[in-house]
Amino acid sequence: MSGGSQLENANPVVFQRTGERLQTANDEDEDIHDPIDDREIFDILLSINDPEHPLSLEELNVVEQVRVKVNDAENIVGIEFTPTIPHCSMATLIGLSIKVKLLRSLPERFKIDVQITPGTHASEEAVNKQLADKERVAAALENSSLLEVVNQCLSSRSG
Amino acid sequence: MKEGLTLVQRLSAHPDSRCWFVSWSPTGTLLASCGGDKAIRIWGREGDSWVCKSVLQDGHQRTVRKVAWSPCGNYLASASFDATTSIWKKKDDDFESLTVLEGHENEVKCVAWAPSGNLLATCSRDKSVWVWEVDEEDEYECVTVINSHTQDVKHVVWHPTQELLASASYDNNICIYKEDDDDWECRATLQGHTSTVWGLTFDAAGQRLASCSDDRTVKIWKDYSNESGQGDLSWKCICTLSGFHGRTVYDVAWCGLTGAMATACGDDSVRVFKEDEASDPDQPVFSLSAQVSKAHSQDVNCVAWNPKEVGLLASCGDDGEIAIWRFQSED
Repeated sequence: MSGGSQLENANPVVFQRTGERLQTANDEDEDIHDPIDDREIFDILLSINDPEHPLSLEELNVVEQVRVKVNDAENIVGIEFTPTIPHCSMATLIGLSIKVKLLRSLPERFKIDVQITPGTHASEEAVNKQLADKERVAAALENSSLLEVVNQCLSSRSG
Repeated sequence: MKEGLTLVQRLSAHPDSRCWFVSWSPTGTLLASCGGDKAIRIWGREGDSWVCKSVLQDGHQRTVRKVAWSPCGNYLASASFDATTSIWKKKDDDFESLTVLEGHENEVKCVAWAPSGNLLATCSRDKSVWVWEVDEEDEYECVTVINSHTQDVKHVVWHPTQELLASASYDNNICIYKEDDDDWECRATLQGHTSTVWGLTFDAAGQRLASCSDDRTVKIWKDYSNESGQGDLSWKCICTLSGFHGRTVYDVAWCGLTGAMATACGDDSVRVFKEDEASDPDQPVFSLSAQVSKAHSQDVNCVAWNPKEVGLLASCGDDGEIAIWRFQSED
């Protein structure tokens, strides 16, 4: 994505990153059942790289903690992400990266729903349907070139 | 004993992967499973338990999505994300690769054998449905490519007695095809689901078709085509089961022996519905007869009734496991 190709959104608004999560005494106590909460899921997502810019999804405000909904008891995780522009052609790839990161990070009991923040993308319905289709997601992840692009989004940025 | 589903056995069928589909052989003595590990496994009964009889590996380069037995039970077909369909021939207790059917542009999602055993149907993400003819020398020839869907075709199923084919798609529709002058054509499009249709099943007589969908419902469709067989076919939705399923319904199976209907759901549950015998055949009422909420620890992908043994049900899921259940009915 870098190099000579023209960026769809050349000057995205960059947002300030949130602070570190505060540790409490209970977090250290292994005898206390610690349900997975919104902040914990957000922490997993914030470092995902944008496919176009040398910025994280948090810095672009594509993911926000208020758009993360976790129900630990019901094993449900719901994420809404906001593409930077309504015609962003990377929306499916960003959604797929979020989904893959969560699939790799969370216990298998969780149902993971990744959707576009309502009203923020021209192809919202089509992208949501594709991301919800686990057969298509499974087939996409068997495609080595696509998987490589997803892995780039999920790799820790050097420097 | 009361109505319900009791677990007979749980099999770790495709460990560290997902088990996508299971299929009983026509005699009900063997169960084939397939999954994300690219393998097909054949299960048979030894004493009181089900054991793995053979593993068919190296047939596919990617996920094996569906498997289907020929009506004679001597062949097994497998559909894969690698864009091919493999035909396996049973030899004693083992299977050998007979031929590989190529032609679809990308992932083959389903394969099904017509009741005569002379025709095979496949469907793919390339939006097409292919019908293949099988001759006595085990040669396969594609006779038709049908492009009636506008999206990914998820499932194909044949009518139990007639040469009538139905397909389900990501375009939310179901198509029904019939041969006309050597050409297969879509003769009815069933619209009603509001999202992807994942599975289809005919009842024993073939007068009704059940479909299941990402819209979390199951719909029952009835054949109202005129008896002369002229003109377009007419299938109408006569019942919608909604409010029972918490997530996508991935599969539905009508038992040919009892008429019980099982569903596989993304909410990890297996459910069995029964038709109220006193209800109007044009407005049937189905009620939930049994439910196992945590049938699998992840999504349930498939349910299959044993064709010979009443009440024996197999299910499989994203947890890589097969579960064998016994459904006990009150009457």
